[in-house]
Amino acid sequence: MEAFTTHTGRVVPLRRSNVDTDQIIPAHWLKKVTRDGFEDGLFEAWRKDENFVLNRPERQGASVLVAGPDFGTGSSREHAVWALQNYGFKAVVSSRFADIFRGNSLKNGLLTVVLEQKVVDALWELTEADPTAEVTVDLEARQVRAEGVTADFELDENARWRLLNGLDDISLTLQNEADIAAYEASRPAFKPRTIAA
Amino acid sequence: MGRTLAEKVWDDHVIPKLSAPLDQGSPQSRAAGEPDLLFIDLHLLHEVTSPQAFDGLRQAGRPVRRLDLTIATEDHNTPTLDIDKPIADPVSRAQLETLRKNCAEFGVRLHPLGDVEQGVVHVVGPQLGLTQPGTTVVCGDSHTSTHGAFGALAFGIGTSQVEHVLATQTLPLARPKTMAITVEGELPDEVTAKDLILAIIARIGTGGGQGYILEYRGSAIEKLSMEARMTICNMSIEAGARAGMIAPDATTYDYLKGRDHAPQGEDWDAAVAYWNTLRSDDDAVFDAEVVIDAAELAPFVTWGTNPGQGAPLSASVPDPASYEDASERHAAEKALEYMGLTAGQPLREISVDTVFVGSCTNGRIEDLRNAASVLDGRKVADGVRMLVVPGSVRVALQAVSEGLDKVFTEAGAEWRHAGCSMCLGMNPDQLAPGERSASTSNRNFEGRQGKGGRTHLVSPQVAAATAVLGHLASPADLSDARTPAGVR
Repeated sequence: MEAFTTHTGRVVPLRRSNVDTDQIIPAHWLKKVTRDGFEDGLFEAWRKDENFVLNRPERQGASVLVAGPDFGTGSSREHAVWALQNYGFKAVVSSRFADIFRGNSLKNGLLTVVLEQKVVDALWELTEADPTAEVTVDLEARQVRAEGVTADFELDENARWRLLNGLDDISLTLQNEADIAAYEASRPAFKPRTIAA
Repeated sequence: MGRTLAEKVWDDHVIPKLSAPLDQGSPQSRAAGEPDLLFIDLHLLHEVTSPQAFDGLRQAGRPVRRLDLTIATEDHNTPTLDIDKPIADPVSRAQLETLRKNCAEFGVRLHPLGDVEQGVVHVVGPQLGLTQPGTTVVCGDSHTSTHGAFGALAFGIGTSQVEHVLATQTLPLARPKTMAITVEGELPDEVTAKDLILAIIARIGTGGGQGYILEYRGSAIEKLSMEARMTICNMSIEAGARAGMIAPDATTYDYLKGRDHAPQGEDWDAAVAYWNTLRSDDDAVFDAEVVIDAAELAPFVTWGTNPGQGAPLSASVPDPASYEDASERHAAEKALEYMGLTAGQPLREISVDTVFVGSCTNGRIEDLRNAASVLDGRKVADGVRMLVVPGSVRVALQAVSEGLDKVFTEAGAEWRHAGCSMCLGMNPDQLAPGERSASTSNRNFEGRQGKGGRTHLVSPQVAAATAVLGHLASPADLSDARTPAGVR
């Protein structure tokens, strides 16, 4: 995973709530067996409309998505995170994220930032009025900064530490292999097994 | 202080005293509390969310740690017609072939298309008796919450976590909060588990359960069958919850006893002794509580494009202007536009061209019995296409042995092979743009059942009555209405 410390970029303001993962990446894209190449599937249905914000020429190259509440609801597909990253997004801002999407994003180095809706409103107004306005997402300081906006955000310390250092969960867990084995040895005999061990 | 059901199951799976703390960051970071490392009792796999996880293992040279706690089946991409022929869509075929190749290479038990144990992953786990009270169950699919009906702690995970569980049989997780959803009283006639969960989601919203494990409790829940409980827990994710659970009881034990992987002999007795402890203590404190009066419920359908946008069947399409919250108002406006509906239109007057009975929400034998009890001796309306898709091959065989397939085909419905089918647009069963369905599945998102398709979520009974009349309806609306014989 790539480390995330701080990022500055232009914004795509997405004034929609309840953006579910079926919208972020429709199901027919889930047939790919790789982690890349999902950028053309991002918001595929909405992109058919040439006026959709992602299609606007002034939004090309933007790398911070600022969306309405309850972003990432629905299906657990991690492809939604890959699609956002493949397209070029480094961070997503919303007042509320669905749990599974949030977990998936942080495991892939896509920073999901929770800010109050009034700050989201301010970012929308700023970047709709001036598409060249840049926003800085500073994970070290846990702060989002833009012209006229300075907002602190919270992120659990463990997730932050992993993101800042780009650490791989599996190798961290496997350092505790002996503890996992000890737990396994203590499991009751009645627990289900799919095949004879 | 007492503990909730969720807390008990959680605590029993935390791997204690880690030698290498998962959080080796700053002292401030460690003080904030590191996640628990949770042992996973059962890992279910399917073709969509596993290819990149197996790839990760291969690149790192890691084996699957516990093949005996892992099982795979094929469901999302599988066709429900002509299953003996090669799969027409080359991309779907490649994904199924990738799963088969990965399972063979790593030694994972797989039930592929054509196997008698194949089916929707959340139907297969319980029917094999693998889903048991007090276990932790994960799968790369958000509807893993289904298994919580047994008092298991079951939740959907992303592909990175699938890889993590394959490699370590554990997951590092922060402990969620708990919410009690207490449903007291008697559900009125015609009101099913599906109506109840749709009403709960409409009440608390699609984000209302976010950060929580829900525990459904109260007299109305205790009276539900095992399969009805699965319908409830299945849609916990539609309220944004991490998981949904119901305390195990005699109904749970009766369902499990004698199944292939249920404990036997002394193990059964030991298991029941443990399962009997899996109830929230009287003095347990939930972080939130919602109380619902069962008697006030009615058949419920959705009108919008998220599962929280629902209303009693007797109501009308709401006026977006009636929402005080600007973002809800905006969402309702967009939903009506997409759904091609106008404010004030009675829900019963909405005509459909497709009816789908199936999915991990309502594709089990009781669901098929309920739909068949309404369709028996009646006909699907002209111009309406009805698909009945059993949740697994076992469900299909049971339905055939009861003659339900004949009831469906004689009514003019299509009887299909097991799979996810029209619940999501990944296989040939899809809505065409502008088509409208009454569907027993779980998501009415834009395009979920096919690009431009419009979905109304309903119970199996409402689906069947809708098929007969051609517009949203409950069995009581049928002119020759009779007492519904179905199981709730």
